[in-house]
Amino acid sequence: MTARLFEGADWDFHTLQRITDACEEVALKDLGLDVYPNQIEVITAEQMLDAYSSVGMPLFYKHWSFGKHFAFHEASYRKGLMGLAYEIVINSSPCISYLMEENTATMQTLVIAHAAFGHNHFFKNNYLFKQWTDADGILDYLDFAKNYVMQCEERYGRTEVERTLDAAHALMSHGIDRYPGKKKLDLRAEEKRAGRRRQHEEEVFNDLWRTVPAGKSKSRSTLSIERRRKLLGLPQENLLYFLEKSAPRLAPWQRELLRIVRHIAQYFYPQSQTKVMNEGTATYVHYRIMTKLHQQGRITDGNFLEFLGSHTNVVFQPEFDDPRFSGFNPYALGFAVMQDIERIVTNPEDEDREWFPDIAGRNDVMGVLRDVWANYRDESFIGQFLSPRLMRHFRMFHLHDDPEERAGIRVDAIHDERGFRRVRRELARQHDVGYIDANIEVVDVDLSGDRRLILHHHVIKGSQLNETDAKRVLQHLADLWTYDVALIEVDANDKVLREYVVSPRPIPAAVA
Amino acid sequence: MPIHIIDRRLNPGGKSLENRQRFLRRAKSLVQGAVKKTSQERDIKDVLEGGEVTIPLDGMHEPRFRREGGTRDMVLPGNKKFIEGDYLQRSGQGSAKDSGPGEGDSEDAFRFVLSRDEFVDLFLDDLELPDLAKRKIAQTESEGIQRAGYTTSGSPANISVSRTVKLALARRIALKRPRKEEIEELEAAIAACTDEDERTELIAQLEALKAKSKRIPFIDPLDIRYRRFETVPRPVAQAVMFCLMDVSGSMSEHMKDLAKRFYMLLYVFLKRRYKHVEIVFIRHTDRAEEVDEQTFFYGPASGGTLVSSALQAMHEIVRERFNPSDWNIYAAQASDGDNSYSDGELTGLLLTDKILPVCQFFAYLEVGESGGSAFDLSDSSLWTLYERLRNSGAPLSMRKVSERSEIFPVFHDLFQRRETAQEKAAP
Repeated sequence: MTARLFEGADWDFHTLQRITDACEEVALKDLGLDVYPNQIEVITAEQMLDAYSSVGMPLFYKHWSFGKHFAFHEASYRKGLMGLAYEIVINSSPCISYLMEENTATMQTLVIAHAAFGHNHFFKNNYLFKQWTDADGILDYLDFAKNYVMQCEERYGRTEVERTLDAAHALMSHGIDRYPGKKKLDLRAEEKRAGRRRQHEEEVFNDLWRTVPAGKSKSRSTLSIERRRKLLGLPQENLLYFLEKSAPRLAPWQRELLRIVRHIAQYFYPQSQTKVMNEGTATYVHYRIMTKLHQQGRITDGNFLEFLGSHTNVVFQPEFDDPRFSGFNPYALGFAVMQDIERIVTNPEDEDREWFPDIAGRNDVMGVLRDVWANYRDESFIGQFLSPRLMRHFRMFHLHDDPEERAGIRVDAIHDERGFRRVRRELARQHDVGYIDANIEVVDVDLSGDRRLILHHHVIKGSQLNETDAKRVLQHLADLWTYDVALIEVDANDKVLREYVVSPRPIPAAVA
Repeated sequence: MPIHIIDRRLNPGGKSLENRQRFLRRAKSLVQGAVKKTSQERDIKDVLEGGEVTIPLDGMHEPRFRREGGTRDMVLPGNKKFIEGDYLQRSGQGSAKDSGPGEGDSEDAFRFVLSRDEFVDLFLDDLELPDLAKRKIAQTESEGIQRAGYTTSGSPANISVSRTVKLALARRIALKRPRKEEIEELEAAIAACTDEDERTELIAQLEALKAKSKRIPFIDPLDIRYRRFETVPRPVAQAVMFCLMDVSGSMSEHMKDLAKRFYMLLYVFLKRRYKHVEIVFIRHTDRAEEVDEQTFFYGPASGGTLVSSALQAMHEIVRERFNPSDWNIYAAQASDGDNSYSDGELTGLLLTDKILPVCQFFAYLEVGESGGSAFDLSDSSLWTLYERLRNSGAPLSMRKVSERSEIFPVFHDLFQRRETAQEKAAP
């Protein structure tokens, strides 16, 4: 029998080292995981709150909104309205996991198994993360961003920088490339590029150019609409990218700020698409590792029960009429599907053979799971692997709420033979970011006329933008564009539902 | 695979402080409004403890494109009795599928905790002593000198003997320099010694000791320390605040409480905002005495009322200690307004001739019974007198207070930052 990793609840740094080694052994040998090197950091509650307010990142540029979030979290934490996470993990290489110092030894084991191996493997292997994020470069890039913002504040004034960042943040969710095609971001090169550009500007600066009389501007009215749209790369749904490249009056540093915000949004894009899978993977991995450690006798029965207590809390799924219900719990759903896959692979029933002919009875659990983890995102994962058995287990049903319908909300499908596929399709769609975010794109710019920027919002299922917020965001957009901005909401038949026009605010020398 | 385990707990905290300050700066007017509102309901001591404020989130929005309305589809867990084709009522318990509390617009009011410093700073932010005019005089004064520890170089006049000797002693002990007694003892032993061999040995020892004590000097240049001095700028403006409080028998507990609150606030304000403000506490019945702050705020006293006695005391203190050509002089007086009739004339004379000419600002706070409205009673003798003076152009500010909650607004009102004519002229 192997020696116990720890006794009781206390731990020190040697304990952490032993725990990590033990987890690593199980993770690499038994589960065949492939992870980035680990870096484990122990932090206090206050530091955890710090991390919360800067989207979990260890270093970030300064902005008032982070202070707002900090104050908000702190207030609710102090009152006991909110517990803090046991850990935060960062998709970087080395993969950094933050552990709270309050955790007991059992919790540290759980958290190390969960974050340092579960999440870590997912970050390293999932295709979305491979495609969109640069784990090697992110920390350096954040450092660069922080310094760059600071330098801009020194050179151009804090209010100016804040104005640009406010506007960029408002558009952050629309600063993402959704389709691959461009080369993967190389954040280290980004950093160098920004530096070179600045240096070049300084070297070639010659004030005389300003005084050289320009020739008569050529009339461009002959440019056909098609040609013009093509030149501007329209339609473009990455609003920040479009502004960075085409906004007529932005200073170079402002474009760089937009670029920074855009890159960071892009970095987080895979995470929003893989919440269920990411948490499911981590939960499945910690469950496997903890069970194994218990079997090996490395943790006591008492500690294992403590683990089971926390684990059960984490994967608890309240039912829809429970006051605690707030949608599907990604931990619960993800973990349940992973476990179900394990069952299908090792011990399938006839129904499973019919629904999942590819994997049923293949007996190679980890092989199947590793393949799933690498090649799916939430939407396709649920669409592919949610089994009828699991739908029955959760007693899922699909509601269709049409405001026009007088009779009320219709139960469209339930967990029965007729409903399985429809329920599954709907649940998958609920996890599709393409559906969750409003579909807004730049369609045209009247460059020869008043330079009005025209955006379309393609309304899906009659769900229009919230007016107050839309106006606020458009105000920010107009301030960056510096000319009028029009947003037109059109439905699937190109019928115009609503039109917003916003003019830029004057540059606020006076707006104190 | 190497695993790094790092203890970050020792990292300096307050990483978010900068962001927090930015947030507060941005939300300043909102927070300030909230602070004032909160402080009306509190004890002064509590005000100074900081605390939680609630601000509307309006100016602090981080807008995003959000969609709402339209047809909605959702998949939910926990079906108990529904079958396909059922209809659920929209606003019944049966359709408790609306977004739970805590989603959507739950953020419309925002509570958070301000630290003590933040709270008081915001509370006092737009206050200042009016007409701090005599700056120029103070600025011409030379810089002062202040002791600031020791240094290894300096002028011989500044050698600190005690520090030098102390260091020398430490060094001698550390290097084991032979003490004088040791050598004397050895010499005595040599003198007493008869055996030739032993004697030679002892002499050798003595030589060694002597050589050692020569090598390790009694005082080494290394030991020498000089007193260090630093120049400190003199205050840019010197000001003194006289707090004159009536503690006579006619003041009820409630009135005294109001007056003390006012002074407490004044005290905090001056201590926090002005480094170089002197505060003089004078309390009076029919006699006036200068007291320390402890007595002023907490000491009991009672008796008749002669306001002139306090003014006389203030006048004397000014003459003795605060030359009006160098000092900005302020006074705040609190009283219930009762004064003996015979004293009115003297009070008026003192004010017009002695006090007001040297004062930058004179605030008079009349405290009244709780619930007493200003309309019920005719103006007090002191109020009538001061009003007359003010109408003839004296720099007097007068306010009446009868409720605790009025203290903060009145205080703000008295010390509100006023734009001077010059500042107004500037764009």
